[in-house]
Amino acid sequence: MKIGQDAQANPALGSSLYALFVRDMRAGRRIGGGTSLGVVFFLILITLSAFAIGPDLALLGKIAPAILWISGLLATLLGLDRLFQADHEDGSLDLLLTSGTPLELIVLVKCLAHWILTGLPLAAAAPFFGLMLDLPANELWSVALSLLAGTPALTLIGAIGAALTVSLRRGGLLFAVLILPLCVPVLIFGVAAAGAGAGSMVPFATPFLILCALTLIAIAGAPFAAALALRQTST
Amino acid sequence: MRLSGSRLTVERGGRIVFSNLSFGLDAGGSLTVTGPNGAGKSTLLRALAGLLPLSGGTISCTPLSGGTLAEQAHYVGHADALKNLLTVTENLQFLAAMLDAGYGGMPVETALAELGLSHAADLPVAYLSAGQKRRAALAKLLVVKRPLWLLDEPLTALDAASQARMAKVMAAHLAHGGMIVAATHAKLGLPGQELRLGVLA
Repeated sequence: MKIGQDAQANPALGSSLYALFVRDMRAGRRIGGGTSLGVVFFLILITLSAFAIGPDLALLGKIAPAILWISGLLATLLGLDRLFQADHEDGSLDLLLTSGTPLELIVLVKCLAHWILTGLPLAAAAPFFGLMLDLPANELWSVALSLLAGTPALTLIGAIGAALTVSLRRGGLLFAVLILPLCVPVLIFGVAAAGAGAGSMVPFATPFLILCALTLIAIAGAPFAAALALRQTST
Repeated sequence: MRLSGSRLTVERGGRIVFSNLSFGLDAGGSLTVTGPNGAGKSTLLRALAGLLPLSGGTISCTPLSGGTLAEQAHYVGHADALKNLLTVTENLQFLAAMLDAGYGGMPVETALAELGLSHAADLPVAYLSAGQKRRAALAKLLVVKRPLWLLDEPLTALDAASQARMAKVMAAHLAHGGMIVAATHAKLGLPGQELRLGVLA
């Protein structure tokens, strides 16, 4: 076969994105501890807060949604600054840029893999850690559901910061400074949804639907912002 | 297929790396880019791969069958672009799916055998020596077919036997109508033209 003349019009986009997903999942799981480490960090943050606040069970139960959400936010951002940096350092980002697959979709798939390895385990662990903080039983589910709906937005917003700091060796702190203020809306509605139990003034659905909307906006917008930043900084 | 660059100029950080560089390359042709350190060899290759913007001049490739020039090209840079935690086979399977430009390619096992790396197929890349990593990175040239190869110091860390194998692989690519642009200090033994970049004051 003579090369250079008979390329098929459209190499399978789906298979390349699937391959990227599998690679990121494998690499993520093989980094010492992988998913469990994020959950352990989450647990440590919650425990530290409980120790700092003291043995006042009524107070702990009242502010438990906020503690769980702040801890969840920090645990989600853990390692997120490396989302593109590792690929940048070993040169595979150059190959992703020449792959012909839209960079926006590459960003989205990388975020999906990262969220499954970090955000999803947090949401699953939150009800159990909520018990430690004397969180009322009816709020255990609302905390888990709000984290499930809100952490994808955090991962996607973080991806923008990760893309902006991709070529900086010690970009971790700058990443946090850039990204944490942008996480405020997600935090506000996340805590509101998490704390909307039986005794609350606000029904669960109101803040929860706004949280879902924030995540959908992040899915629609963040890949474009991150891809733009990657194209700018990698050249 | 013909690749040509006319009056190429690249600027990095306000400094002109090279200017008014022209070359032409036909199917089956090769271009060896030589010159002292800092002359802009890697910069030229990155610009051809679309990874650096040109501040002047044009790169044209005719006929371009679908996609951009970058999608017709294999770029092998200084970094090996392999994930340390994954095995050689896993890395190449990923690259096969990711870089597929519709031309097909060799199965991973065959490509590794061609470069004498079959024994390391199931080892994590982290355990390989520099030369073995280089060969694993070069194996992607065979796993995915693309007409233009942009090779930045392809023989770095390779032993004599591997250099001979690579020379054979490159000759076969040219014989099939492929094109190679290689930046190097070593003797690659490519038959085509040489482009010598000077140092700029």
